[in-house]
Parts: sequence; structure tokens; C-alpha cells
Amino acid sequence: MSVATTAHTDHHDDADAHHHHEQSFVEKYIFSTDHKMIAKQYLITGLIMAFIGIAMSLLMRLQLAWPDQKFWIFEALLGKFGQDGVMDPGIYLALVTIHGTIMVFFVLTAGLSGTFSNLLIPLQIGARDMASGLLNAISYWLFFLSSVIMVSSLFVEAGPASAGWTVYPPLSALPQAIGGSGLGMTLWLVSMTIFIASSLLGSLNYIVTVVNLRTQGMSMTRLPLTVWAFFVTAIIGVVSFPVLLSAGLLLLMDRSFGTSFFLSDIYIQGEVLAHQGGSPVLYEHLFWFLGHPEVYIILLPALGITSEVIATNARKPIFGYRAMVASILAIAFLSTVVWGHHMFVSGMNPFLGSVFTFTTLLIAIPSAVKAFNYITTLWKGNLQLNPAMLFSIGLVSTFITGGLTGIILGDSTLDINVHDTYFVVAHFHLVMGISALYGLLAGVYHWFPKMFGRMLNKNLGYVHFWVTAVGAYGVFFPMHFIGMAGLPRRYYTNTAFPYFDDLSDTNVLISVFAFITAAAQLVFIYNFISSIFYGKRAPQNPWNATTLEWTAPVEHIHGNWYGDLPKVYRWSYDYSKLNKDESDYVIAGQDFIPQNIPLQDNEEEMNH
Amino acid sequence: MTAFLIIIVLALLAISFWQISKIYKLSKPSGDDGVIANDKDNDKQAKIMLVFMVFLYGIMIYSFVSLSKFYLPESAAEHGPGYDQLMFISIAVIMVVQVITQALLHYFAYKYKGKKGNKALFFADNNTLEFIWTIIPVFVLAGLIIYGLVSWTKIMNPDIDEDTLVVEIYAYQFDWRARYAGADNVLGKANVRFIEGVNQLGVDETDEYGKDDVIVNELHLPKGKPVIFKFRSQDVLHSAYFPFFRSQMNVVPGMITEFGFTPTITSKEIKNSEYMVEKVKNINDIRKKRSTKLVENGEQPLDEYEFEYYLLCNKICGVTHYNMQMKIVVEEEEEYNKWMEEQQTFGELLAKQ
Repeated sequence: MSVATTAHTDHHDDADAHHHHEQSFVEKYIFSTDHKMIAKQYLITGLIMAFIGIAMSLLMRLQLAWPDQKFWIFEALLGKFGQDGVMDPGIYLALVTIHGTIMVFFVLTAGLSGTFSNLLIPLQIGARDMASGLLNAISYWLFFLSSVIMVSSLFVEAGPASAGWTVYPPLSALPQAIGGSGLGMTLWLVSMTIFIASSLLGSLNYIVTVVNLRTQGMSMTRLPLTVWAFFVTAIIGVVSFPVLLSAGLLLLMDRSFGTSFFLSDIYIQGEVLAHQGGSPVLYEHLFWFLGHPEVYIILLPALGITSEVIATNARKPIFGYRAMVASILAIAFLSTVVWGHHMFVSGMNPFLGSVFTFTTLLIAIPSAVKAFNYITTLWKGNLQLNPAMLFSIGLVSTFITGGLTGIILGDSTLDINVHDTYFVVAHFHLVMGISALYGLLAGVYHWFPKMFGRMLNKNLGYVHFWVTAVGAYGVFFPMHFIGMAGLPRRYYTNTAFPYFDDLSDTNVLISVFAFITAAAQLVFIYNFISSIFYGKRAPQNPWNATTLEWTAPVEHIHGNWYGDLPKVYRWSYDYSKLNKDESDYVIAGQDFIPQNIPLQDNEEEMNH
Repeated sequence: MTAFLIIIVLALLAISFWQISKIYKLSKPSGDDGVIANDKDNDKQAKIMLVFMVFLYGIMIYSFVSLSKFYLPESAAEHGPGYDQLMFISIAVIMVVQVITQALLHYFAYKYKGKKGNKALFFADNNTLEFIWTIIPVFVLAGLIIYGLVSWTKIMNPDIDEDTLVVEIYAYQFDWRARYAGADNVLGKANVRFIEGVNQLGVDETDEYGKDDVIVNELHLPKGKPVIFKFRSQDVLHSAYFPFFRSQMNVVPGMITEFGFTPTITSKEIKNSEYMVEKVKNINDIRKKRSTKLVENGEQPLDEYEFEYYLLCNKICGVTHYNMQMKIVVEEEEEYNKWMEEQQTFGELLAKQ
């Protein structure tokens, strides 16, 4: 892998011709094949989906905190499902389902990985564009189509899919079991099928680009950790998403063509169904074979972004680069052999439970290494506390808090009594929801200048971060405790069990924190939109970073760099490196050495 | 409640006004460029970081002090104390790690705030350090894994002899039934295809073993006697969750799943336990307050609450998932036998027809 140059030098000789080619509006902004434009399309679509997803969670929190109150907002937003301001129990489950689906797939998979893989892979490895610009554009438009279908399923007569984001059959297979399993569920499956196609096209493109299009000198061990994370994420996606596709197709057949992959011995609404011999447990296995790697598909890009942002703003190399790469690889491998920890009490053989406990707790080791390495990177740094840096530190914090409770849930014994309670909800929201959102936001704050040529306002960023940080912990830390009281998730109201009456104050507290946190996101939306148009113009390298994207011109040009592609002579973390006699930095007065600067006479070569 | 709600809404409104006014102020260009952190920002943000750390520890302490009372009462099943012990050890371990790492993270973020002229330390690698923090988690986790797996194997493979009570828990949208194996302690065969008329659980009417089965809506268990549950679902996935017995198993249509435990505390005993007396009193205070409101609005007041063990559904199963529960009564064996004698067997049920 050391010889990473590829024979694309010929084609950018004529790159200049491209620059002068006038693009029509449609070519430039809509059906663009330029990775930078596609990244922005992913980001904006992802943010719109996030708005919908978060709004849904607020409706749920309103219902959970005050189950016997009426809210006009229910009627305004849910129509007949919120008649007279009372939320329909079925639509609550639909909100649970679509909130989960949107946040997991549309925001944190496509919105996060889609945005930053597209933006950063070519720019950070020194490539003119993705390996295939056309496939990349198709990938985005499939994602857009699947988003449209998912959102339109909200307007189906009998309601959208309501069987939880995991859509376990038979509930998801039988319209007799719940209204949302009719047309709403069909649209869910169609949308997800298109989404998977989009994700696979994107991932294959990322992999090929990283393997083939690295510029001269950019060996694998000189790649920024962002690119490593995106690369490995894409591999996990290619390995696991097809399994979800097959699960979805089999479910579609059970629903529409009378097959019995997942159904057996069912009596519903006074009628015995003909299905015989299938098993819902099979579906659970197939689903979680994607479902668990999916957690890392979400998380690894966020951790990659954090690595880059922390190193740049700490003005220090990331501590233990090789250990970081090794833990990304270890997490990727282990992520495909831990899915059974979602199924300890599913009825599968308890021996399998033991195996999955073992592999699950193993994955804590590389995760711990990453956390310690982040903390060490801060140690003796010269921290520039930009909003992106704060979000990255916030990510490390929630990643630790949420990750630690994973040790409880990953232990098959302990899972017995907290499985499917609010303890789980608190755990995964902290470790993958909030952490990944922080990663996404850190990325937006850090690379906004690269995307839009303008800067975000830092003070609004500070307000955004601190309110969000306080709110997120306010929501999810107390939530563990109502979970340990045995409160199940996905309950429309807890009033059917007087035993839970004393939890209602805590539920109010959680909801209040949720509303405050959501309000803080409005500050971000304002900052984002106004900065696109009126933000301060960005300098070429605002954060004094070493990676190649900051050597590209601020204005977006087809092919990324004027003239030749930059050559790489060093790894991406030469921050605060001193010269041989330790009197000053290698480049006097400048605490960073971009990757395209050749080795200087006064510096020691490091083995990176 | 409404007053509380109004206060919160007002507070939220105030916050949003405050935020909006701040937005205008903040978005006005000030002395610096407003986009990249300078020394002043670093200093201010580092201080806020310390304040945030206080908040983080504050909310952790608050949760442990005033919310840990929500933890379930002493386990009413034999394997439960072991479960609780493992839980407490695990929580202790993770909280130690949490307290240390969060302190380091936030303190470093404060201590090493950037300043012009400061030099960061070029510190890229240290094999000893990395070895240490790889090996420590390895040992801690190995301990937890071994402890956990020993308990898991014990819980999931209960000893079954002829003395073990066999009970089928039958789930359907949106209720539970229990079927006792009867005098022969063997459940009759069953399948949804046999469901007809009074035979709501689809027990095979020709199977002799089924004749003495007893089908009820309320689960009674004798104290101190091991019981093995066989779970069967009629329609969709459900999960039989017995929080007070630290037990849970999914109920899967098309297959029979199992879980066993030995109840150790009778309903009467737990009702009179210190924990439960206080909890129920607190709950009834809350309910009384709510009732007053309800009566004011011309609605029915809430009933006074008395604790009973319950079984609840813990896998999303449809619209009324939130209210799929069955009462459980744990009693002394004599009381249980007496109750059992009063129940009608499946054979009697059919004969009556």
C-alpha cells in the first residue's frame, strides 16, 4: 500500500478546461456530480429530516410528561390522530417508530456519513472527486427519494409504520395487528429498500476512492483519522446493509405474497392465518446483523471527525494514531459479531447469549482505548475552544457516559431486567444519538468554511453548545433511573400502572430539559442559514490545520485544486512539532506543518 | 399540575425571549472577528467548562441521591439477590470510571486552555501508557464477564424435577392468561388452530394431559416452590416482564420459550415491607392530589392504590401495549393449594358446554 499514486495525472491536465465550462443552474445545484455539492445536499436534507425527527420526539415528551392534559398542538400536527388535543395511542407508536427510523438512518447515517464522507474523502486524500461522480449523484438522489417516501408515509390514512424502528414481525407484517402495518409499513419498506441502495452506492464509492485515488505520498498510515473512519464505516455498511435488505424483502413477501419466513401459528381477529413454520427470531437475527453494525456506522464517522477536530484545536497530534486506527478496525470487526446482545431474552439458546456477552464486552476495550487517547490528546495541549472543539469534547463525555452503561446492557444477566426499559433508551441515546449528533455538529462547525466559504458565528455556537450539553445530560442521565424502576419503553402512558405514579415528576423534568435542548437547536438553525448568506468570508485555512482540504482554494472549483494535485510528505498530525534543537517549531513561528510541506532539514523524521 | 405546567411554559417563554435578544446582541459584530476563538474566548469557555463539570457531577449526585429510590424492591425470586449484587458491582465499577474520566476530560479542557505563546506538547505515542489502558479494561471486563456468565448459566438453566411447577403464560393482544399443568404437572398440547368457542387458548381437546389443566387470568405462585414458565403467543411478539422477580422472556408466536424462577417473598410480605409501605404511601399522596383536581373538573377520582406484583408486556405489541398486565399473587403453599382447588379444570370447562 505504500505506493499510493495512481494514474490520474493525465486527466487533470484538462482540468482547467472544466473550470471555464459554464454550468447551468440545474447542473450546478441540483443534479451535480461534484462531491462538494453532493455533501451539501446530504447535509441539508439530513438537517431537514433531523428537524422532523426531533419535533416528533418533542410530541412524545409532551405526551409522556402530561398524559392527561390536552394539547392543541396534537390536533394541529396530528390531525385526526390528535382529536380534541388527545394523542391517539396508535400514533404514539408511529411517532416512536418514525422518530427512530429517521434519526438512525436518515440523519445519523446519511446526514452524517453522507455529508462528511463526500466532502472530506476526496479533499483529504487529494483527489479531484469521487471515483464515480455519477454513482455519487445517484446515491444522493436515491437517498432523497427514500426521504420523500418516508415523510409521505406520515400522511397515510391508517397511519405510518408503528411497529418500532426495528419493525419486528408479526406486528409489522399484519395490518390486522396494528393500523400502521398496512400501507404505512409498505412505504416504510420501499423507502428503506431505496435507502439501502443509496447507502451501498455511496459506500462502494467511498471505498474505491480511498483505495485508488490517494494522491502521491498519501500512504494509508498518513491518512487523517477521519478518512480511516469513513473508509471502515463504508466497509461495515457494505457488509451489513445487504442483510437488512434481505430481511426487508422477506418481510415484504410475508406481507404481500403469503410466504412464511417469519410467521407461524397466528390467530388474530378471530381467524387462524395460514402461515406456518416461520420464526420472528430469524427476522431479529437478520435485522440486528445490520442493526448493531449500524450503531458503529453512525458512531465511527463521528469519532473520526472528533479525532481531527480535537487534534487541530488542541494543537497537538492525536495521541496514539496507530492505536486509534487499530481500534477502529477492531470495533469494525467486533461490531459484526455482537448483534445477539439485542436478543438475550428473545428465546434464542442461552448458550448463544453467553457468546454474545463475551464479544460485546470485548468491544468495550477498543472503545476505552479511544476514550483514553482523546483525553491524553487534551493533556498539555494549547486548546482553542472553538464551538467544534466543544462539541468534540462533549462527544467524548457522552460517549464515555453512554458507553459505560453498555457494560450493564451487554451483560446477558443484567440485561434480563433492564431489557427494553428506559435504561436502554437512556443508554443508546447518549452513546450513539447524542454522541453522533455532537460529531455531526462538530463537523458542521469545523468544515462550514470549507462547504460554504463563510464562517459560522462562534458566539451563537457557544450558546448552542452549552444549552445542548446541559439539556442532553438533563434528559438522559435521570432517565437511567426510571428505567431501573422497571418502566418499559414505548408505553403511550404510564398511568395504567399506579406503581409508576411517583416517576411522573422525573418525566416532567426530562421533558422540560428536552424542550430547552430543542430550543437551542433553533439558535443553530439561525446561525446556519444566516451564515450561509451573510457569514464572514472564510480564510483558506481558518483553523490552521494540516490536512489537504485547507490547501484547496476557498471557492469551489471542479477538480478541487488549481493545477497539480498536492503531494503529501508527512502524516496529518504535525502540530506543535519542534525542530531538532527544540528552540522553535519546525517552521519558525508556525505551530503546524501541512501535509504537503516536504520534510525540513531541521526536523526529525517520525515513523508515521 | 396545571399551575406547574404554566410555570414551565412561562419559564420556557422567558428563556426563548432571552435567547432571541441574545441572538441579536451576539450576531452584531463586536471587537473581534466573531468566528475564531481567541484567548478571551478560550479563557471564558474554559471557565464555563468547569461550571459545566459541576453541573454534570451535580446531576449525577442528584440522580443517585433522589432517584435511586426508584430502584426495584428487594427481589422476590431466589436468583434475584445475585442479580442485584452483580448490578451494584457493575454500577460501582462504571461509576468509578465515569467519575475519574469525566473529571480528567473536563479538567484538562479547563487547564490547558489555549493562550497565544503557549506551546502544546508534541506527544504522539507512548506504548507503556497504551498498554496500561488496554490491559486494565481487559482485566476488569474479564472479571465482569466471568461473573456475569456464571450467573447467566445458573439463571437460564434452572434445575427441573417433578416438583417444579409447570405454568404456561399465554399472551395475546392485549392480555395474559396462565395455564397450570394440573395434577399430572404436564401441559396438554396446544395450537392456535384448536381455538374455538370457550377453548380460547387452543388446547388440544383430545389430549388427556390437557384435561386437568387450569386456565386463569391471575397468576398465583406458591412461595419457595420452583416454577418453570412456558411462554406462548397467539398473535405477535410480546415480552413477559416480571420486574419484581428479575425475570423476562420474549413470547414468540410459533415457538415456546422458557424461563424459571423460585418466588421467595409473598405478596403479603412485600406489601408490609418498609420499602413498599413508604412507596405506596407516597404514590397514594400523589394520587390524592390528582384526584382532587379530577373531582374539581367533574371527573371520577382515582382509586386508592394497593401494591400487587404484576407481569407486564415489554415488547411493542400494538395499540394497547401500554396496558397489558396480569396480577401475580405469591402466597404460602397452603393458600395456593386452596386457591387451586377452587379453579375449574379445562376438562370441567369443556363438560359445562
